Order: sequence, then C-alpha cells, then structure tokens
Amino acid sequence: MVAFAGFELPLHYPGGIREEHRAVRKVAGLFDVSHMGEFEIRGPDALALVQYLTANDASALKPGRAQYSLLLNDRGGIVDDLLVYRLALGAFLLVVNAANRVKDREWILSHVGNFDAELTDRSDDYALLALQGPRADEVLAPLTDVDLGSLPGFAFARGRVLGVDALIARTGYTGEDGFELYVSGPRAEELWEGVLDAGSGLGTVPAGLGARDALRLEMGYALYGSDLDEEHSALEAGLGWVVKPGKGEFVGCRALAVERERGSTWRLAGIRLAERGFPRPGHEVVSDGHVVGVVTSGTLSPSVGAGIALAYLPTALARPGSRLALRVRGRDLAGEVVRLPFYRGGSRKG
Amino acid sequence: MSEVPTGFRYTDEHEYVRPTDEADIFTVGITDYAQGELGDIVFLELPEVGDRFEKGDVFGTIEAVKAVSDLYTPLAGEVVAVNAALDDDPALVNSDPYDAGWIVELRLDDPAALEDLLDADDYEALIG
Repeated sequence: MVAFAGFELPLHYPGGIREEHRAVRKVAGLFDVSHMGEFEIRGPDALALVQYLTANDASALKPGRAQYSLLLNDRGGIVDDLLVYRLALGAFLLVVNAANRVKDREWILSHVGNFDAELTDRSDDYALLALQGPRADEVLAPLTDVDLGSLPGFAFARGRVLGVDALIARTGYTGEDGFELYVSGPRAEELWEGVLDAGSGLGTVPAGLGARDALRLEMGYALYGSDLDEEHSALEAGLGWVVKPGKGEFVGCRALAVERERGSTWRLAGIRLAERGFPRPGHEVVSDGHVVGVVTSGTLSPSVGAGIALAYLPTALARPGSRLALRVRGRDLAGEVVRLPFYRGGSRKG
Repeated sequence: MSEVPTGFRYTDEHEYVRPTDEADIFTVGITDYAQGELGDIVFLELPEVGDRFEKGDVFGTIEAVKAVSDLYTPLAGEVVAVNAALDDDPALVNSDPYDAGWIVELRLDDPAALEDLLDADDYEALIG
C-alpha cells in the first residue's frame, strides 16, 4: 500500500505489477480510482463558467459526452487536467486529480463571481472503478442494462451494473478500450467483487497504481504532479491540441496566444532508450555532454520492450529523432526523442 | 511468511550465502523476503567471472519495477560463476530465489569469516 493524496492505495495486488499490466493489455483489469475528485457544476451559466475555466471547448459537448480538458492559470500553466462530462445542458461533472481537489475547488469558486452557477463537491459521494482492457466490453456487457455498443469513446450513460446505479463512461487512462463506473460509495465494494467475479473466467484481474502508471506512460499520457504543473504551460506540455483559442475568452488564453506567437521555450518530449535501462523520475537528460533536462516519468515498458521517459527539453532538442542520453546511476544510456504515444497497439476507441 | 532456510548465512542487506560442495565456494543471492519487498524484478547488472570484491562492495544492481537496489558483497572473494539464466528470465529471482534464482558464486578469501554473518534465526529476527 502507498499513501496517495490522503488515500491508502495499492501499488499492486498479489499478482504483481507486470502481471496486472499484461492483463490490461490482453484482457481486462479493474482499478479502484475512487480517490479522484468529482465536482458538479449546475445552473443557467454552468456552460459559460466551464468555458471560462477550461481550455477545451465544452460547448461542443452534447449531454452524454465527455472531453479531456485543462484548468489553466493566467500564465497558461496547468492548475489541473480533468475530464469534463456534460450531464445535461446546464450540468457538468468535472473529474479532477485527487491531490488537487481542494486547490481546484478553491480555484473554481474564486472565479464563480457573476456566473449563475453552483459547484457541489461530490468527491466523498462517488466511488470510481475503471475496467480497462480489450475485453472490458465482453466482461461488462452481461452485467449491465446499458447497450455498450451505443457508447463510442468518451460517451457515457446512466444505468445499472449488477443492480447498482452507475454512470457508465467509455473513458480511461490506459490506451485500451474500457469503462469508468461512477457509483455511490457504499455500493462500490459489492460492485468491485461482482465485476471481478464475473470477469475472472476471461482473466480479469484487480490492478493497482503501479500498472496504471506504466500503462498511461506507454500512451504518453501526462500525469499531474509528475509531468504537469503550474510552471509549465499547456503548450510546453504538448497539450496544445486540447486548447481551443477560437471558442472565446478563457483563463490562460492570452498567455497561450503570446506563447504560440513567440514559440515555446520547453517541450515535454518522449524519450526511448536504445540501451537497456530503467528510466526513473529525476534522471538527467544529457545532450553533447550537457544536462538539458530531467526525467519527469519513466519506466521499462513491457509493451515497447525498452526504457521510456518523459522530460521537458529545450524545444530545439525535443524533435523526434533528436539523439540524447539518460544519465542512469552515473552512466549515460543512449536514446532518442520519439513521437508519442510510445505504444500504438491499444484497443482504445475514439 | 518469507522462507528462511537453515544452514545458510545472511546479511543485513538481505543477501544469503549458501554452501556448495566445494569448501571455499558459496552461492550468493537475495532472500525470499527481499524479492517480495522488491516485487517484479526486470533485470540485473552482474559482474564478470574473475572480478574481485571486498566485503561491502557493490557487485551488481537489481532493477525492479518499484526501485533499483545495489547488491553488496557479503564477504571478500572472487566471482567464479554468474547465473546467465537471469539475463533471459530475471523473474527467476522472484519465483525461486534460493535455487534457480541464484545470482553469483564467490570463492571466499576466508570462509571462516562466515561466522560474522547472520544465521537463519538472526535473519528471521531481523525481518520480524
């Protein structure tokens, strides 16, 4: 168990990180991610408030659809990354990182101002289970009244899973097809047991933070607190695709417009090692004998079969094909910048 | 409970020293407790046959998903064999630490110094 944002979370279950990783890539794994924070925003100005506070275009969401987005500060730095679910025309569910829950809540409340909208922190009411893997669909379909075939990627529906009321979303953080199940806290444990029971025949296993970290890193998904922070902008983090400057004014848009014009100083880059090694956060990135960056996330990727890492590099060095080294325990291991994701075999839809 | 065979010697660094048929040659590996703490082992950096190490020297490293650890020489000696099977299957250290997952064989300079290491009872007490 490891302490994480006030929760005790399993790094892995008895099968071990590697076995859990394999199960998610081949069959399915079940993660308990109930620590995530959930806010509901409701009211006549709910859309206007979400549009003002997040970088993606929430007006493009129909009820029943979700999008990845960012809360930015005035400098374009990242306050948090999140999923925005449109529950109804005037109601949104924002799912934020556990460690940022209090900060985000204060941040949003400080901007409510004249918007006619109300934030409710539902984090303590919701539990969240993530069933992820190419066969997640097969595992979940017999357990629910929701027609999963009608849910493309980033769509969700309300329904029942094993008799428990749930919001069922085709979202995840592993690069595989899968579902996130938002349920009321007291019913979560029976749902956990029930889904594992039902899926065990196919090879569904419980999976912990260790496997989740390797899976997301293989997809190049940045993790807040490791790869994302308030000091690096959304553009530097490689999340320019999330930012929709055409949608109207939002917090951070001016700073990002200036940065787009002038060019970014840093860029979060994916590095793949050519030599055997296990990159870890804090390892230095070396180019021509000079330290040019520091690893923010790293692993020895089971799916890629090589050491992979993310690091902020000077923009000129961050281009795919750029050769550099990671200094691992005093030795420089050769590698190069590669296009993300590191792993392209996932079953994710949409 | 972790397995702690009797008849072996142990170090504070969770290595075991196991007698072989030859009086001055001993097999060195990490204990069942240590492999359990490390979790999935993904590769090892090992010395070469003929390398010499003093007591306490780092003779290799063991890379697990969770963390990397140094391997410390339990007693001064020369490496006379390295477990090549670990190159292809480092997880042997997890699945069978005392047999197929052995790491090196050392020819000890002074086998009598084994008395300075922990016995099974001492080691069990250490890992509680």
